Amino acid sequence: MKSVRKQLPRWLVALPIAMLISAGVQAETVARYGISMADIPLTTGQPDRGAGAYQFTGHTLYDPLVAWEANIGTRPGKLVPGLASAWKVDPKDNKKWLFTLRKGVKFHDGSELKADAVVWNLDKVLADKSPQFDAKQSAQVRSRIPSIASYRVVDEYTVEITTKDVDALFPYQLPWFLISSPAQWEKLGRDWSKLASQPSGTGPFKLDKLVPRERAELVKNVAYWDKTRMAKTDRIILMPIPDAMTRANALLNGQVDIIETPPPDVLPQLKSSGFKLVQNVTPHVWPYHFSTLPGSPWTDIRVRKAANLAIDRDAIVKLLNGLATPAKGQLDKTSPWFGKPSFKIGYDVKAAKALMAQAGYSPAKPLKAKVIIAQGGTGQMLSLPMNEFIQQSLAEVGIQLEFEVVELENLYLHWRNGAKAEMNAGKGISAINLGYVTADPFYAITRFVDSRYIAPNGVNWGGYNNPKVDGAIDTIRKNFDTKIQDKLLAEIHETMVDDALMLWVVHDVNPHAMSPKVQEFVQAQHWFQDLTTIRMK
Amino acid sequence: MLTYILKRLLYALPIALSVTVVSFMLVYLAPGDPLNAIAPADAPADVIEALKSAYGLDRPVPVQYALWLWRAVQGDLGTSIASGRAVVTEVFGAVGNTLLLAGIASGLGVLVGCVLGALAGYKHGSGIDRAATALSVVGVSIPHYWLGLVLTIIFSTWLGWFPAMGAGPGGSADWSWDWDHMRYLVLPAVTLSVIPMGIITRTVRALVADMLEQEFVVALRARGLSGMAVFRHVAKNTAPTVLAVAGLQVGYLMGGSILVETVFAWPGTGFLLNTAIFQRDIPLLQGTLLVLCMFFVVLNLLVDISQPLIDPRMGRG
Repeated sequence: MKSVRKQLPRWLVALPIAMLISAGVQAETVARYGISMADIPLTTGQPDRGAGAYQFTGHTLYDPLVAWEANIGTRPGKLVPGLASAWKVDPKDNKKWLFTLRKGVKFHDGSELKADAVVWNLDKVLADKSPQFDAKQSAQVRSRIPSIASYRVVDEYTVEITTKDVDALFPYQLPWFLISSPAQWEKLGRDWSKLASQPSGTGPFKLDKLVPRERAELVKNVAYWDKTRMAKTDRIILMPIPDAMTRANALLNGQVDIIETPPPDVLPQLKSSGFKLVQNVTPHVWPYHFSTLPGSPWTDIRVRKAANLAIDRDAIVKLLNGLATPAKGQLDKTSPWFGKPSFKIGYDVKAAKALMAQAGYSPAKPLKAKVIIAQGGTGQMLSLPMNEFIQQSLAEVGIQLEFEVVELENLYLHWRNGAKAEMNAGKGISAINLGYVTADPFYAITRFVDSRYIAPNGVNWGGYNNPKVDGAIDTIRKNFDTKIQDKLLAEIHETMVDDALMLWVVHDVNPHAMSPKVQEFVQAQHWFQDLTTIRMK
Repeated sequence: MLTYILKRLLYALPIALSVTVVSFMLVYLAPGDPLNAIAPADAPADVIEALKSAYGLDRPVPVQYALWLWRAVQGDLGTSIASGRAVVTEVFGAVGNTLLLAGIASGLGVLVGCVLGALAGYKHGSGIDRAATALSVVGVSIPHYWLGLVLTIIFSTWLGWFPAMGAGPGGSADWSWDWDHMRYLVLPAVTLSVIPMGIITRTVRALVADMLEQEFVVALRARGLSGMAVFRHVAKNTAPTVLAVAGLQVGYLMGGSILVETVFAWPGTGFLLNTAIFQRDIPLLQGTLLVLCMFFVVLNLLVDISQPLIDPRMGRG
C-alpha cells in the first residue's frame, strides 16, 4: 500500500505525459491512394504522364506562379494567385506581363523564393544551353507554355515575361509551369536524378519516400505559405496500381483508402459494401474527330450532323454504369464557354436518316468510313465496347464504319501527324477516336479550330479552317477582359457544334471510390485535383 | 567433361550476340514513337525533333545499336527515357523482386508437379492418375490473369486472408522474411506456379509410366528390390528430362509474367516490361529484354552442364 502511495505522484506526472505522447503518435493521419498509373510521375518539378499526374507530384510538391482553383467542386474553378500574388499586362506593350511574387515563401529546403529562382526555372525548361536545363522536364512543359518569348528579373520580387504575340489567354498556361528549388539542385551536385528522390518545392506536401513503381509518401508541409490550403491529412501514400480490377480489390481489401477510376462492373459491389463513389463534371470529351479535308467522307455537314444524332448517349452512359455524362458538344453544358449552339445534339434516328438521305446515303447504300481507335488506355474509357456501340448505331442510319485498332501510344502518333499525313489519309483513315482534355480555352477549343494549329503544327487534326473562327481567336488573344473572352469562346464553341466538327459522345466524370475512413475529398471539375482536401477519420 | 562444358560455353556466345540484336531491333518493329515516353501527346513537331536529337534517336539504327552494344558490354545499359534513372538499376531492382517471386513459384510448381506426376505415373490408369492429369490439364490451360483475379477475389476480397497487391507493407525496399511480408507472396506465387506445375506433372507422369515398363525395372523387381529402391532408379533416369523441362519453366518464370505482376502490382521485371512497352521506353525495354534473355541463355547453359553430371551418357554424346 505504501509503495502504491509512493508511486502515485510519479504516475500522476507520467500518465498525462504518456497520454500526450500517445495523442501525438496517433495524430498522424494517413491516406493510401491507389493511382491508375504504372509509375510515380516525375518528382523533379514537371510531372510526366499527362494532366492527371499534376495532382500527385505536381501541385502537391510544387506551386505555379498562377494556380488553378482546385479545392472547389460545386462550380468550374478559375485562375487564382499562386506564387505570384498579382500579375498584370504592361499597358504600353501588351506582350509584357509583370508577376509580383509573394514575400516570405520558402522552398522545402529552407531557401527563399525570389525572382531569380523563377527565371532559373524558366531557363530549366526553355534554355537548352543553361546548366540546369532538363530535357525531360522541358519536354513535359514546353508545349504547354508556347507563348513565352523571353523573361527577366525586374527586381527581387518581380518577374517580367514577354510573349511572342499579344496573348490575353497567357495566364492559363501558367498552372502547368512549376517552380523547383535552385538551392536544392546545387546542394545535390546539380543532379536532377538525385533531386527526384529529394525534391524541394514550395508545395503543401514534402516527399518523404520514393520507391519507383511502388510508392511515394508525401508528408504535410506544416510551414506551407497558403494557410487556406493546408493539407488535412498528415501523410498521403501514392501507390501505382495500373490494373483497374486490382485497384478495386485493394480498396475492398483495405490496402488502400482511395482509388481513381474504379471499373464500372465493380460499382454495385463497392456501393453495397459501404464504399463511397465521388464523381463530378470533368473537362474531358470522348469524340470522333473528323477529317474535313477534301476526299474525306465527313466533308458533308449533313453526314456529320447525322452521326451526332444517331447515338443513344444515355445507353452508353448505362453501359458505363453511370460513369459518364452525355455530350452535347465539346464542353459540358455548365461550362462558361458552352454558349447556345443552334444544332441540338441528341438521339433522333429519324432526323439522322433524313439527313443521310439528303446526302445520298441509306442503310442499303451506306457511306463507308474508316476510324482509327485505341484498344484502351488513359482517357479512352471502355474503348472497344463503346466503339462497337457507335458502329452499330451509325450502321442504322447508313454509315458503315471500319476500325483500325492500335495501341494508344501509336494512336498519338497518328494524331500528331494529322489527317493529311500518309499514315492516315494514305490508309483511308478519316476520323480518329481520342479522349480530349478540355480544361482551358487552349485545350478545349483553340487548339482544335485554329487553322494555324493544323497538324503537324498542332492538333487541329482534321484540318478545320474557318477564317471567322481564326478572327475570333485573334480578338480573344488581344482582349484582356475575361467576360469578353468567355463570350467569344462561347461563340467559337457554338460554331464548332453548329459545324458538327466532331462526333461528341460522352464526358468522363473522373470517378473516385473511397472507403468510409475518408471523411472529405473535394473533387474539382478539372484534371487538377487538390489532395490537400483529403481528410481522414 | 571439360570439353563438353567449353563447347556449350562457345555455343552460348553467338546465341548471346543474337539476343542483343533481337533485343535491340524488336522494339523498333513495334509501331509507335519512343518520344511518347517523355513528350506530351500534343507536343509540336519542333519539340519532337529537338528531343530526337537530344536522345540520339535521329541516328541510323545500326549506329544506335553499335553504341548501345559497346556500352552494354561495359555494363552500361543507358538511362530510361521516361524516368531518367539508370536502366541497370531499374532492371536489377526488378530482377530481385522477380527472382523472389519466381523462386517460390518455381519451387512450388516443381515440387507439386513432381509429386503429382510420380503418383500419377505409379498409379497409372487409377483415380489418382485421372485426378492428377485433370489438374495438370487445368493448370496448363487456365489463363494466369484470370486465375490471379479469381484468387484475389476469393482470398483477398472475400476472406481477407492475403493482400490483393504489392510487395510488402512498406514496398519491396523494406522486404524481410517474416509473415507480414511473405503473405504478399502467396497469391502471386500460387498463380504463377500453376503452369509449371501442370507441365511438370504431365512430363513426370509420362516418364514414370514409361520407365516402369522398362526392362531394367522388371529386372530390379525380379531381384527383389523394394519399392523405394526401384523408385530411386526410376527417379534418377527421369531426372535429366525433368530437369530440362523444369529449367525451361523456371526460365519463363524468371522472365517475369507481365500479366501476373500487373494483376498483383508486383514490382518485378514483368511489371517493368509492361511499363516500358506502353511508354515505348526504348532503353529500358532493350535493357530489360537483354537481361531476361541472358537469364535464359545462362539457365539453359546450366541445365546443359548439369545434365551430364546426372547422366554421364549425355556428356559423351
